[in-house]
Amino acid sequence: MLYLPPDAENKQQKTTINWPKRFEELSEAAKYPALKQYYEAGIASTDTPINDVPMVAVDFETTGMDPDRHSIISIAIVPMTLARVDMSQAQQWIVKPRRVLTDESITIHGITHSAIERAPDLSEIMDSLLEAVAGKVWVVHYNGIERPFLQGAFEERLKESIHFPVIDTMEIEARFHRKNRSLWDRITRKKRVSIRLSDSRERYNLPFYAPHDAMTDALACGELLQAQVAHHFSADTPIGEVWLP
Amino acid sequence: MEAEHVEILNFLRKYSPFNKLPEEDLQLAAQKTSVAYFKANTQMLEFNQHIDSLYVVRSGSVETYHRDGSLFNRLDEGGFFGEAGLLRKGHVRFPVKTIEDTLIYYIPGDLFNRFYDECDSFADAVEVEEKRRVSHAVKEHESRNRTLTARVETLITREPVAIDKTASIREAAALMTDEKVSSLLIYDGEKRHKPVGIITDKDLRKRALAVDRNAADPVSDIMSENLIFIQHNNRVFEAFLTMLRTNLHHLPVLRQSKVTGVIALSDVAKHESQSSLYVVSGIFKQTTIEELSQLVPDVQKSFVRMVEEDANSRIIGSAMATIGRSFKQRLLELAEEKYGPPPVPYCFLALGSMARDEQTIVTDQDNAMVLDDSFKPELHDEYFLNIAQFVSDGLNACGYTYCTGGIMATNPNWRQPLSKWKQYFNDWIDNPSPEKLLHSSIFFDLDGVGGETRFAKELNQLIRKKAPQRKRFLGSMARNALNRTPPLGFFRDFVMEKDGKHRDSINTKRRGTGPVADLIRVHALAIGAQRQNSFARLEEIVDANLLPKGRGPDLRDALELISMVRIRHQALALEAGEALDNNVAPEDLSDFERKNLKDAFQILSNAQKYLRYKYSGA
Repeated sequence: MLYLPPDAENKQQKTTINWPKRFEELSEAAKYPALKQYYEAGIASTDTPINDVPMVAVDFETTGMDPDRHSIISIAIVPMTLARVDMSQAQQWIVKPRRVLTDESITIHGITHSAIERAPDLSEIMDSLLEAVAGKVWVVHYNGIERPFLQGAFEERLKESIHFPVIDTMEIEARFHRKNRSLWDRITRKKRVSIRLSDSRERYNLPFYAPHDAMTDALACGELLQAQVAHHFSADTPIGEVWLP
Repeated sequence: MEAEHVEILNFLRKYSPFNKLPEEDLQLAAQKTSVAYFKANTQMLEFNQHIDSLYVVRSGSVETYHRDGSLFNRLDEGGFFGEAGLLRKGHVRFPVKTIEDTLIYYIPGDLFNRFYDECDSFADAVEVEEKRRVSHAVKEHESRNRTLTARVETLITREPVAIDKTASIREAAALMTDEKVSSLLIYDGEKRHKPVGIITDKDLRKRALAVDRNAADPVSDIMSENLIFIQHNNRVFEAFLTMLRTNLHHLPVLRQSKVTGVIALSDVAKHESQSSLYVVSGIFKQTTIEELSQLVPDVQKSFVRMVEEDANSRIIGSAMATIGRSFKQRLLELAEEKYGPPPVPYCFLALGSMARDEQTIVTDQDNAMVLDDSFKPELHDEYFLNIAQFVSDGLNACGYTYCTGGIMATNPNWRQPLSKWKQYFNDWIDNPSPEKLLHSSIFFDLDGVGGETRFAKELNQLIRKKAPQRKRFLGSMARNALNRTPPLGFFRDFVMEKDGKHRDSINTKRRGTGPVADLIRVHALAIGAQRQNSFARLEEIVDANLLPKGRGPDLRDALELISMVRIRHQALALEAGEALDNNVAPEDLSDFERKNLKDAFQILSNAQKYLRYKYSGA
């Protein structure tokens, strides 16, 4: 994760979505064949124990924070379950942004101009990406990047969006470490607990990983979810209590 | 596209054994890694659980345990576990629990096994770690189970209590009461350090009170003579087995021919594995051959249990020999009940592995009889043949099959008076040839198990006195000891013979433990070694500086390893209800066993070369 995100708890939706049913409707409506297939693969229902849910930890590197103005430059996905984050199935793509790549983001991501020049457009890897994540629930740290950027990229290229449930490890962190902030804490401006990826990981005795590599961040996020479930939930917890409402 | 897993790669690169891998394999390992998180105090692995990966601690820490719950080892960042399980068919040997929140990297088992096979420095690094942990484990094991390895002298808590043989029974009893001891050594006049007898609480009860003996009678009237001593540096389990064999519950301990204390069965038995004790006491309660034969399942169970308890081959071999000896002794008692007391004294001999205390569960009977020189064939032989036949049939019924080579007391050649036996040995030693000695080497491991065991002692003394000076005899024995050789190579699914032929399996006795015992026997004869057990003989051989430096311990380890492969194979077959034999197929072994077995055979092969060189001047 690159940017310090805004408060996640403010963005939570209130309604509970029936995702398997929603996927059926979406697959009816979808025009792009790979997208249709993606929805046809289905998704876990709200009451499925998290232990039985196939998941995929995902991290995008982007040229900025705004899906309307910035572009994806790198995508890393790591299939996982509660029991194992499976690096042998991990994949990473570098894609050519349609918007300007600033020098600043180059320094941060360590992806060079020449690598970007050689990279394909997202439309070329779209099918592989959809196939790799089909049937799996996304796990990200801060839901303001991956899903919105992917939706923006799809709308731009296919004229149709993409919808799917997401587990947000930052939101989970906020649930357990930012609730019940007392008036006194607020008056005294006591520093709020950091829910950034590396700070969150430290709370669970997870090792320090150098940030800003999509693959490493995806791995870091997947590990964090395992740690959060071990401490705050159980293997039997329904996925509906874990993913974003 | 292929993604580089930077963090995992950089981590593995820092730690042994992964830092021994070539870059390309290291990258592959990082690529194939999977990851899992465990909260503190989580039981990660149970005993015998199946595993398919090597576990590497990325952060946090874990503890591995023995099955009984005692701590085995503690590992933190960079530590790994599960390798023993992977190398031994995927079953966990030690349960593992996290003590902190812990992140684990899993390296797939097939990859680990490939690295282990293909990259020697990787395999070595794994073994260094294994050895470090195993030596740690052995230490732990010793402290928990000290009787198995502890020396007799560690059980002595006080000076021996003794009284002159002229003292009265009452005085003896008073002294025992004052000193709070259950036994009392009896000495004769000045020679206080060399007792002539012993009395115990039981003797006071059975030989004094119960028979209304006068308490003023001398204590010598009720003492047991012909004391059986145990050496101070013997292991406790040897003392235990001696007690079982002799049915004596108190043994004076000797140090440089001075008695330094007395150890009692109660001192020993409370720590010792009870299973063999149980079997032996069961044997002496049976009254027919049929009843004895019904103990066979118990014998097998106690064998399997010792294997499971991680006993070494010396303990198992010795316990199995004790059980075998007990069968013989009980059968002799039953035979004498049936045919009456012997017309002349005799000694029943155990030969070969039983005499060496190296029995396993698969064994045939090798025995013989030494008769008193007053023996008259026409008068007495029918009796001794009856006894021999009875014992031999009984042993066969109890799982000790008839000796195909006819080395049994039922064979008239091996049922002879002592003087004839001395002739045999004199002839073998004085006029040797390899052909003549081909089938006689078994007689050079002999032990008296019933009757006049002094006959066996006399024969052993004769051998020890004569053999060391007879170069031609030693040369012939050495030639024969080279007849059976280990295989040249040992691979995943076949055994490579010297002529290049492949075999599916190998006879671990004929090609392994047998030749090792043979070559140790030759060295032992050359120095007139006192003891017969191969490990004990080897200790004497090393003390005599007969072998080049380091070869003795190597040979000991090789014998232990081959013996344990053989023993474990038999225990597994027993549990699976399969036919028992000595054949082991390489594919039934773990990579670890295969690799070590190969080394063990190499050591045996070198030891044979040295034997040839050393005695070929004959």
